[in-house]
Amino acid sequence: MELKDLIKPENLVYGKSRLLEEEIMHYCPGCSHGVVHKILAELIEEMGLQEKTIGIAPVGCAVFAYNYIDIDWQEAAHGRAPAVATGISRLMPDKFVFSYQGDGDLASIGTAEIMHACNRGENILVIFINNGIYGMTGGQMAPTTLEGMVTATTPTGRDVARNGYPLKITNLIAQLPGTSYVTRQAVHTAASARKCKRSIKKAIQNVLDKKGTSFVEVVSTCSSGWKMTPVASNKWMEENMIAYYPLGDLKDSVKGENVLEN
Amino acid sequence: MAKVQGAVVVDKEGCKGCSLCVEACPQGVLNLHKEVNSRGYHYSFMETPEACIGCSNCGVVCPDTCLTIYRVKV
Ligand SMILES: Cc1ncc(C[n+]2csc(CCOP(=O)(O)OP(=O)(O)O)c2C)c(N)n1
Ligand code: SF4
Ligand code: SF4
Ligand code: SF4
Repeated sequence: MELKDLIKPENLVYGKSRLLEEEIMHYCPGCSHGVVHKILAELIEEMGLQEKTIGIAPVGCAVFAYNYIDIDWQEAAHGRAPAVATGISRLMPDKFVFSYQGDGDLASIGTAEIMHACNRGENILVIFINNGIYGMTGGQMAPTTLEGMVTATTPTGRDVARNGYPLKITNLIAQLPGTSYVTRQAVHTAASARKCKRSIKKAIQNVLDKKGTSFVEVVSTCSSGWKMTPVASNKWMEENMIAYYPLGDLKDSVKGENVLEN
Repeated sequence: MAKVQGAVVVDKEGCKGCSLCVEACPQGVLNLHKEVNSRGYHYSFMETPEACIGCSNCGVVCPDTCLTIYRVKV
């Protein structure tokens, strides 16, 4: 069959979500933020939640998330997205509220906010983009930076004697009784991105069912901060990041229970 | 068994030449063009269109949602 006969609306199997704005995202080539934005837009559209959703944008590269997905947004101060999400979801309990945060935002400056929001079991979804570095400010060490990993502030590699250990904050969050679903996913392959989408769908459904906090970590790349090509970043991530931050569900239970599955 | 044929339409101007779609394609259909778009990126294109099976893997991994995929049974 000729390509022109194939390229017709009735044969469409994959295209851009109606909720994604036309504007080209400012992210670097290959950045995982773009894939996660796309998954969120697809799910909000497929689940019919456009009018119901309020996203909280972080400080970090995703600060402009509000320019890309056509839903209501509120920008928060660095690390404070869970506190802002708390206020909004308590005042408007019928809305679907999520925070979207990087590892500098969530696991460093915002540690108190995320821990207490999850411990209170706020009825929100948290999307946690763990790229092991401060992307926006030029690639400084984050709490999640791997041992030996070179960053702008650890030019000879992270030394645990001086800088402490890479923080598996998602494992801590899984132990808090307020969280109902805690999982760690990735989007570096088509299979992992499809699986991540299923996890985020489940997490959204939990919030709609008022089951407390659902938390989805996405182990991600930052090719600019890591100083690698996007393809090499994916490979490095698989061999190093995923080795330390293994993928899978950490907890899947109803609010109040605390069952660690792995 | 019915055979499938696929096709990918690339938003050339949106493409940032990251090559993730090229890596993700199980059929080796895509490559980066030697020409660049107005922003200086070598954009993705179907180098061997006849091999495409419309699996959407390329579209799913594209961070910039530049790929629209079509598929028919032939
Ligand atoms: C109160 C405050 N402190 C510091 C900064 C500087 N700052 C901006 S983004 C950022 C880190 C972002 O890293 P991360 O959350 O990992 O997101 P990424 O950019 O990697 O997606 C920092 C420290 C700031 N904007 N506000
Ligand atoms: S600096 Fe890193 S996290 Fe930020 S847009 Fe670039 S690749 Fe993405
Ligand atoms: S649809 Fe599948 S076979 Fe066709 S170019 Fe994309 S990844 Fe390759
Ligand atoms: S994944 Fe998207 S942005 Fe990257 S080269 Fe392919 S079409 Fe272009």
